[in-house]
Amino acid sequence: MNHHEDKIDGERRAFFGVAAGVSAGLVAPGVVLHAVSAAPRSEPVTDAVRWGLLIDTTKCADGCRACVDACDQENGLDLQSKPEGQSEAEWDRQKSVWIRKVKLQDNQTGRVTNLPLMCQHCEHPPCVDVCPTGASFKRADGIVMVDRHTCIGCRYCMMACPYKARSFIHETIHGQLTRVPRGKGCVESCNLCVHRRDFGTASTACVDACAAEGHNALTFGDLNDPESPISQALKAMPSRQIREDLALNTGVRYSGI
Amino acid sequence: MMKRIVYREWRIPPARYWGILGILAVVAGIGGLAALYMEHEGHWVTGMNNSVVWGTPHVFAVFLIVAASGALNIASIGTVFGKAAYKPLGRLSGLLAAALLVGGLLVLVLDLGRPDRLIVAMTTYNFRSIFAWNIFLYTGFMVIVVAYLWSMADRMGAPFYKGIGIFAFAWRLALTTGTGSIFGFIVARQAFDTAFLAPMFVIMSFAYGLAIYLLVLLFTFEQEGRVLGDRLLRRLKNLLGVFVAAILYFTVVYFLTKLYGAKNYELVGWVLLNGGAYTAVFWIGWVLIGGLAPLGILYHPELGKDRNWIAAACALVILGGLATMYVVIIASQAFPLQMFPGQIVLEATPAAGILGEAATYSPSLPEFLLGLGGVAVALLITAVGVRVLQFLPESLADQAVPADEQAQAPALAGA
Repeated sequence: MNHHEDKIDGERRAFFGVAAGVSAGLVAPGVVLHAVSAAPRSEPVTDAVRWGLLIDTTKCADGCRACVDACDQENGLDLQSKPEGQSEAEWDRQKSVWIRKVKLQDNQTGRVTNLPLMCQHCEHPPCVDVCPTGASFKRADGIVMVDRHTCIGCRYCMMACPYKARSFIHETIHGQLTRVPRGKGCVESCNLCVHRRDFGTASTACVDACAAEGHNALTFGDLNDPESPISQALKAMPSRQIREDLALNTGVRYSGI
Repeated sequence: MMKRIVYREWRIPPARYWGILGILAVVAGIGGLAALYMEHEGHWVTGMNNSVVWGTPHVFAVFLIVAASGALNIASIGTVFGKAAYKPLGRLSGLLAAALLVGGLLVLVLDLGRPDRLIVAMTTYNFRSIFAWNIFLYTGFMVIVVAYLWSMADRMGAPFYKGIGIFAFAWRLALTTGTGSIFGFIVARQAFDTAFLAPMFVIMSFAYGLAIYLLVLLFTFEQEGRVLGDRLLRRLKNLLGVFVAAILYFTVVYFLTKLYGAKNYELVGWVLLNGGAYTAVFWIGWVLIGGLAPLGILYHPELGKDRNWIAAACALVILGGLATMYVVIIASQAFPLQMFPGQIVLEATPAAGILGEAATYSPSLPEFLLGLGGVAVALLITAVGVRVLQFLPESLADQAVPADEQAQAPALAGA
């Protein structure tokens, strides 16, 4: 055996030490900076909050589409284009819609009600139950949404949704926003502006637009916090869930219907 | 004494055989191209939309999957219920079951928005989903059918024949229950939301599977000049009649259960009376073509003995079955969701699917071709199977078929 090889090479050790130190010095600030800049998004979502919407239908104006338009702009739905050769009527049935504006009339009393209808963010969402891959999921903070990486486009969630809240992307996407990636062959729906939640923004695009119009029919907030404006409003006025009979405990509540 | 059942490959003249194979391959190929076209363009080229999300491909796919489990029934009657006369029919029963399932699943998978993500469906599961259970029920079914065929055809497998047969029977009931529950578990839609759909699908599977089986049996035997005895054929066609009558019974009870709740009056009225095309498909397709007409033929004292008429009755059951699936799957989606009871929707933007009228869906050619492609694949597998392996008994003449009392062991001769 060669005696020389058994001897510890001091220079070599010193070199490795310096190299490791220099590398750490170079990489560490990047890691730290990255962690700092990503702070609001790197914390896991918890069930300490449950996001919800209250819609005061008495304030929802007939003919106003502010919430729908704002949603379209916020989520890049206004970038959808009708495929060449498709009829307007058919495209109307196939394009993505996250909020619908609905006008109702009571059969008995003739009373007319306006309301926006979107994903109701159920506590027990049928769309989540039926999804074979778990792509349709509920976040700990109550937001129901689709993981676009695992959605296989089977549309079973659309069959199961009692609110017709979901849309299937029927065409190749030509324009989309970085914050709301969309892709052909997947299902999507209102996610309470989830990108805003992750950046700690206070409300949703539809709520802001409704307030800007001066209607203030929509209130967004934490249903778990008894002091939040939405909880206070829910305490003060009677409200209902659409299809209460299904006992889904929706995160979107309506007053005046 | 027990007759020796000899199985032989299907030896029709090569020209005719390759002709059949060629036609089936072309239809399957066109189906593949249709799928490619829909996948490339996106689903906007189909009639499907955000209200009617499952269309014609699902009509074919669900029909084939339901028929697959029904086709295995013939083997079960021999194995589980000990009817010896059905034993020689077991191998073709297993082959058809596997072939129809492959055809149906292909259609289902090729209609996905992201068929390229099939691997995700096979590796990522949500076990609350009946769909996820079905993935296991389908793949398990294939494995069990292959094992069942092995136990029928190989001496080594013979000791397991009865056990596998009973297991396969239980599994096929579970499979059809699972398929029916895909719809039955949907609480949101009035036409679904009932456990009744599961047994209804089971009874439908009996009829559709047997109708396809009988057609294939009549065709293959007639083409090669093999003998199919009148006694056996009479039993099979009478059994088909019982299954068809059972479907009609289940249909009546299905609508009666729906009528029991006032909230469903409108649904029942719509399907039965004023649903336009859906009402027509229900009465003409589901009830007349798929029910009353074949019943009339099968139990007619003269027509019921004529092989051509029996074959026609089978074809009617199949067409009626497709019509039934059309109503069950598509009409149920087209009927508006009851979100605001006691109110009418005056306006909705976009209106599609929210206004109180039925959603629009018109089947498109690519969807239909994809569905037809699935049928062709199933028949292609069957045609290749009977040609290269010994699935068909050499003779089903009345004197060659064992009497029911002789159901002891599988007939191994010719294996």
